[in-house]
Amino acid sequence: MELQQLIQTAREQGDLSGLMGHIPYARLIGMDMRLDEAGQPLFVLPYQSKNIGNTALPALHGGVIGGFLENSAIVHLMWNRDAVEMPKTIDFSLDYLRSGRAIDCYARCEVTRQGRRIAHVTASCWQQDPAQPVAVARVHFLLT
Amino acid sequence: MTDETSLFEREPDQVRRLHGGFFHAIPHARELGLEVVDMGAGWGLLKIPYRAELVGNPQTGVLHGGVLTSLIDSACGLAVFCRLPRMEAIATLDLRIDYLKPATIGEDLFARAECYRLTRQIAFVRSVAYQRDPQQPVATSVATFMRSSASSVRAPRPPEKA
Repeated sequence: MELQQLIQTAREQGDLSGLMGHIPYARLIGMDMRLDEAGQPLFVLPYQSKNIGNTALPALHGGVIGGFLENSAIVHLMWNRDAVEMPKTIDFSLDYLRSGRAIDCYARCEVTRQGRRIAHVTASCWQQDPAQPVAVARVHFLLT
Repeated sequence: MTDETSLFEREPDQVRRLHGGFFHAIPHARELGLEVVDMGAGWGLLKIPYRAELVGNPQTGVLHGGVLTSLIDSACGLAVFCRLPRMEAIATLDLRIDYLKPATIGEDLFARAECYRLTRQIAFVRSVAYQRDPQQPVATSVATFMRSSASSVRAPRPPEKA
C-alpha cells in the first residue's frame, strides 16, 4: 500500500501504530509518532546507541536530528492534507541550537502556509523542554 | 580572518590517517555505511552506498532526505577538519539543502564539500551531492560551523618591530 493511503487509513482509524514501520529510514533511526491533545502528530525519536554521532560527549548525530525533522515535516504535511500526491522537498533549512544528548527526542511541526503549489512547514525538535529546542527546521514542499 | 595554513597542508598523511577511518568510530556513520573517498586541503569527498534500509518511500525506492542530510553534514565537517590549522572540535550551526533532482534508485550517493572561508570562530562550507556525474548534482548545500571556544581565544600578538 502506498504511504499516502497508509496515512489516510491511520487517520480514519485513529491508529498510528506501525505507520513509521513502512518507511525504511524511519525504521532505521527508530522513529515513532502519536497524536497530542490537539489531535496533531507528535513525533518521537527514542534514544538508540546507533544514532550517536559523537561518542565523546556523547551526542546524537546531527544528520539523525535533520532526518528526524525532515521526515516529521513530510508526514505532518501529509497528515493535514487530503491530496494523494506525495509532497516533494524543494529545500530544507536546519538550525542546530544545542547538541542532542543521548536521550529521547520529540518533534512538532506546523504548516505555516499551504498554497496551491507550495507548502511551507516548520519543525522543532526538543528533548526535555519544548522551550529549549535542540534544532529547528523549515521546509518548502512542492505539492503538484 | 585567519591566515594559518591548514594541518592538511603541513601534515597530509597525519590528517588522512586521522580521518580516513574516522567515520568507522562514529556509530551512526557506520549505520549508514558512510565511507571516506578522498580529501585535500579544505575539502572532503564522502560516499554512502545504496541500501534498501535507507529508503524514504518504499514505493519509489528513493533514498530518504535524512540520509542525504547526514552525508552532507559529515562531508562538510570533514572539509572543515581538512582546513583547520590544528585539530579542534566543531559544531554545525546551520545547514541548507536544495534538492535539485530525485536521486536515481540503486546508485551510490557522493558528497564533496569545500570549506571556502575560515575565521577565528566560524567555518563556511559549500557542498554538492551527486551520483554518477558530479556535473549533475542531486543536491547542493551551504553550511556554517562553529569552532570550539578554546580556539576563539585570540593568539598573542607578535612583538612589534622597533
